[in-house]
Amino acid sequence: MSSPTRMPNRPAGPGPGRGPAHMMGAGMPAEKSLTFWPSAKRLARRLSPERGLVAVILLLTVLGVSFSVVGPKILGNATNLIFEGIIGKGLPAGMTQAQVEAAARASGNDGFANLLSGMTVVPGQGIDFDELGRVLLFVLALYAFASLCMYVQAFVLNGVVQRTALRLRRDIEDKLHRLPLSYFDSVPRGELLSRVTNDIDNIQQTMQQTLSQLLTSLLTLVGVLGMMLWISPVLALVALVSVPLSVVVTALVAKRSQPLFIEQWAQTGHLNSHIEEVYTGHALVKVFGHQRESEETFADRNEKLYKAAAGAQFLSGIIMPAIQFIGNLNYVFIAVIGGLRIASGSMSLGDVQAFIQYSRQFSQPLTTVASMSNLLQSGVASAERVFELLDADEQSPDPVEPQVLHDAQGRVAFEHVSFRYTADTPLIEDLSLVAAPGQSVAIVGPTGAGKTTLVNLVMRFYELDGGRITLDGVDIAAMTRDDLRGEIGMVLQDTWLFGGTIRDNIAYGRPGATEDEIHDAARATYVDRFVRALPDGYDTVIDDEGSNLSTGERQLITIARAFLAAPSLLILDEATSSVDTRTEVLVQKAMTALRSDRTSFVIAHRLSTIRDADLILVMEEGRIVEQGTHEELLERRGHYFDLYNAQFVGAVDDEELADSPA
Amino acid sequence: MMGRCHILLETPVLISLLRRYLPPYRNALIAVVVLQFFGTLAALYLPTLNADIIDNGVAKADTAYIMRIGAVMLAITVVQVACTIGAVWFGARSSMGFGRDTRAAIFHQVGAFSAREVTHFGAPSLITRTTNDVQQVQMLVLLTCTMMVSAPIMCVGGIIMALRQDVGLAWLIALSVTVLVLAIGLIVSRMVPLFRVMQKRLDNVNRVLREQITGIRVVRAFVREPVERERFDVANADLTDVAIRVGRLMALMFPVVMFVLNASSVAVIWFGGQRIDADQMQIGSLTAFLSYLVQILMSIMMATFMLVLIPRAAVSAERITEVLDTDSTVVPTDSPVDTVVSRGTVEMVGATFQYPGADEPVLCDVSFLARAGQVTAIIGSTGSGKTTLLSLVPRLFDATDGTVLVDGVDVRDLAPDVLHSRIGLVPQKAYLFSGTVASNLRYGREDATDEELWEALRIAQADDFVAALAEGLEAPVAQGGTNFSGGQRQRLAIARAVVRKPEIYLFDDSFSALDLATDARLRAALKPTTRESTVIVVAQRVSSIVDADQIVVLDEGQLVGVGTHDELLESCPTYAEIVQSQLPAEVAA
Repeated sequence: MSSPTRMPNRPAGPGPGRGPAHMMGAGMPAEKSLTFWPSAKRLARRLSPERGLVAVILLLTVLGVSFSVVGPKILGNATNLIFEGIIGKGLPAGMTQAQVEAAARASGNDGFANLLSGMTVVPGQGIDFDELGRVLLFVLALYAFASLCMYVQAFVLNGVVQRTALRLRRDIEDKLHRLPLSYFDSVPRGELLSRVTNDIDNIQQTMQQTLSQLLTSLLTLVGVLGMMLWISPVLALVALVSVPLSVVVTALVAKRSQPLFIEQWAQTGHLNSHIEEVYTGHALVKVFGHQRESEETFADRNEKLYKAAAGAQFLSGIIMPAIQFIGNLNYVFIAVIGGLRIASGSMSLGDVQAFIQYSRQFSQPLTTVASMSNLLQSGVASAERVFELLDADEQSPDPVEPQVLHDAQGRVAFEHVSFRYTADTPLIEDLSLVAAPGQSVAIVGPTGAGKTTLVNLVMRFYELDGGRITLDGVDIAAMTRDDLRGEIGMVLQDTWLFGGTIRDNIAYGRPGATEDEIHDAARATYVDRFVRALPDGYDTVIDDEGSNLSTGERQLITIARAFLAAPSLLILDEATSSVDTRTEVLVQKAMTALRSDRTSFVIAHRLSTIRDADLILVMEEGRIVEQGTHEELLERRGHYFDLYNAQFVGAVDDEELADSPA
Repeated sequence: MMGRCHILLETPVLISLLRRYLPPYRNALIAVVVLQFFGTLAALYLPTLNADIIDNGVAKADTAYIMRIGAVMLAITVVQVACTIGAVWFGARSSMGFGRDTRAAIFHQVGAFSAREVTHFGAPSLITRTTNDVQQVQMLVLLTCTMMVSAPIMCVGGIIMALRQDVGLAWLIALSVTVLVLAIGLIVSRMVPLFRVMQKRLDNVNRVLREQITGIRVVRAFVREPVERERFDVANADLTDVAIRVGRLMALMFPVVMFVLNASSVAVIWFGGQRIDADQMQIGSLTAFLSYLVQILMSIMMATFMLVLIPRAAVSAERITEVLDTDSTVVPTDSPVDTVVSRGTVEMVGATFQYPGADEPVLCDVSFLARAGQVTAIIGSTGSGKTTLLSLVPRLFDATDGTVLVDGVDVRDLAPDVLHSRIGLVPQKAYLFSGTVASNLRYGREDATDEELWEALRIAQADDFVAALAEGLEAPVAQGGTNFSGGQRQRLAIARAVVRKPEIYLFDDSFSALDLATDARLRAALKPTTRESTVIVVAQRVSSIVDADQIVVLDEGQLVGVGTHDELLESCPTYAEIVQSQLPAEVAA
């Protein structure tokens, strides 16, 4: 489950009317967050441990932007020097500028006179290269400094954002360990995973891009606008007209493309779910003869997707050309009006050149800010979900002065215990039972009877609604959870092994176990012999798919793990699926070995387990309806008797029943 | 320069995929190129016109000239935007059409796959290849049409136009282009391998979290929170470490590019000034030259970023092509028959199945005969080939040796839909399709009436919970049937097969999710319904097959015993062993 790799983001910069590529190809509509500002503020507050660096970033941004904004103007001055030099060269030396102007007007060449009036010319002299050199060097230094500032800014920002993301991830993981199990039951696993992975990714990307680009763009906008107004209010007006025009065009197109994008996204989901179903149920589709039908449905949805996608991509694709167009119009107007104003002497060539550059620098930030809003929405929506997780109720803390068990015997008692997962579905009501040390208690009953629940309660995975459970007389709620669970060993239906070596997985049962202890546990549970048959032995890495080990072998390893933990109380869930017979025998033997001398609660499925149990609990709909030994319960001819016959009818000889000892 | 090498290696596959499915859009693509060409030319022409205004209008104070050229500029601008919009139109249609066609091709190919190909790739991988991977290549086509085509035109055109303004500064262009390419190249080539590392570490962090969430009970039961926290911290720190390194490189990109741009502009003015002074150049050209230089450098930058996209698309193209080039191993015959020699019989004669290149066959020389009205059970340890055996009947796999006969006819000679119409399959993992309970049941037979549906549900022991649902038969079913429990799903899957009223029932360990009482009731209810049919049951629990008419015992792909329960107890040690492990010792005797 990896998050999609994003395109390296190219920050906006002055360019010939081309903006940052609009990479939102799939066009997922930006999720609207419910409480935008509070969540945004909270997200911003996450930066506070580094607020010193944030201030530095701000400062550097201001510096960098200022320098790069001033640059074009000064560069324009250099151009002016050249232009003035050319004009001056063509004039007779010895006269002053004023004289030349007057002469021009006198001879009816008003145009030329006007042109001159806007310049500083030394007749007869060419380009002042000394001055030009000085100006250019100054500009170069300015640009160099600006680039340096931007580099340092990005450098620092990157560190700040990444460290903030690290802290956020850590807080989430930490929180996971404090959440009650009921939370994990109530939130679908995929959703939870999405929050801790995709949402955090999204937040990090948003922070990175917003902090760097938003600030730069806004400052650039302000700076450029200021420069433009300073150079020429008239031209600035022209440029300013294009601003609302760009915004209007972008908004219009975005508005019209939004429904198309939603449609595209919906059709994509529609098509994808069909593909998923057909591929996952491939055998079914084939054998039930629905292949042609599935292709028809596919073709239909595929076509719909094509139409929506073509439209959506087209509309979103013309935003850039449209803005480019406005930028070019801008360029034309400035070139023409600017040219006219140079001719009339009210502006210099260098200024017009600078102005052209500024007007290009103006449209970029606008587009950036516009696309930011989408990103910001999505990022804050993710933040909201993450905060929701962080705010969830935690399980009740361990008691301040916990009671500690010394040398636990393993006597478990339920005293009038009541519990239900959801308020309206009763499960366990007023349950009382006692398991003496070393006794094996088998729990049987139909699915949904509450068998796993009993076990969950002993482990204190959930809190009781009523009554209490004691271990050796001590209320389990009066102990720390760690102590309680340290006393209990578990072998569940799901063999949860992690991606480590076999040795590590077994040692999970008791940290700090020696190599000998691990091998002993492995031998006792019949793990040793098959591990030695593997090429890497105990160093074999168990992969996620578990393809290098059979289900039975994985189960044996979990038993070894529980064995190593050497608990005084054992909890076993015997429901196994698809275990091959040979390993099945071993598993049984291993479980028996594990259970000797220990109190054990077994959710039993094997007849041998049930028959040999010291106590059988028959559960139905959350209540224990019968208790006793196998023989006692058979005699009673009640629930157990019915269950027994239903399960093993046909496999049990009639004589066996009649012969069962009293 | 490792990143560059990778691009070269995988691109041929990408190109061949494009050549396969782009041809229908050849005209549109040509239109794109033509339109982009003219659009870019138009954009390139503007600075020249501006130079013209300055040199011939401003310098000569000819306002009329300025206006005239201005009008031309306006016209060109309109042409430019029209061309670009046209290119986007054709580009959108071509790329999305390409995506549509490629998706259809993959879907069709997968549809023809046998179970072997589907298992080889895995359904999730096939899904990704049909969706995400096509998306990647599709986006590449789109971006190429809208940007990549124009970038080289802009670059070359820009160089030509700049040189038209003044040849003397050509060396400056060459220099700044070289510096830019080198700078970007250096940065990108360092970044690409780091990106890969970052992705791996991100996957690692996610994996640790996923394990913690999935195994939360075990983590808490074994009091392993501190260990898990530490494991996570290490992964988290590793990720942050490489992310910071990547970010630092990225931070370099923009400032470096901007500086090259700006320094080039400064150089142009200096050296341009000298040339102007020497009457080798006009001032208008200077301004134009500056614009062109910026355009050239920008287009190079654009192209470089596009290149970063190619490796990803190339990988996707490879994955897509892999599927398209895989042929199904189960090919319907050219001359199908639908005769019936012996109704309802399923026979295997020396059936063998072996994956190519495998050391051992999954199934070896299995022969048995199942008759109509009989229940034939197949039992054996995991990996003994039971599911494969069952899959041979509906031709989900083809036997690599030996024959499989249904109704006395070789399955390879039967028309697929004829063969399938005779079979009702209930696979091991019950899978339901999104829709309603009724639509799922009717998947077995379209024209089943509601009464027939309820009857099937009753037999499958599913009528109680369906009746308890508010919408009854119209109750919604989520994709995969996840809104039902495992046992409920299985019962609905059984009902689906029952609705079909097939000649042959194939149950692949279909009762395992049910508790033993329900299992027994269901089998009892099935008996009358399947009385005339051939029932083949694969089972784990001896208790569910003990009264089968015939039990086939498999061990590591070979048939080690056929007979009734009692017969096999005597004659088949493997069977005895299996029984022993599941039932009390006295019974086996």
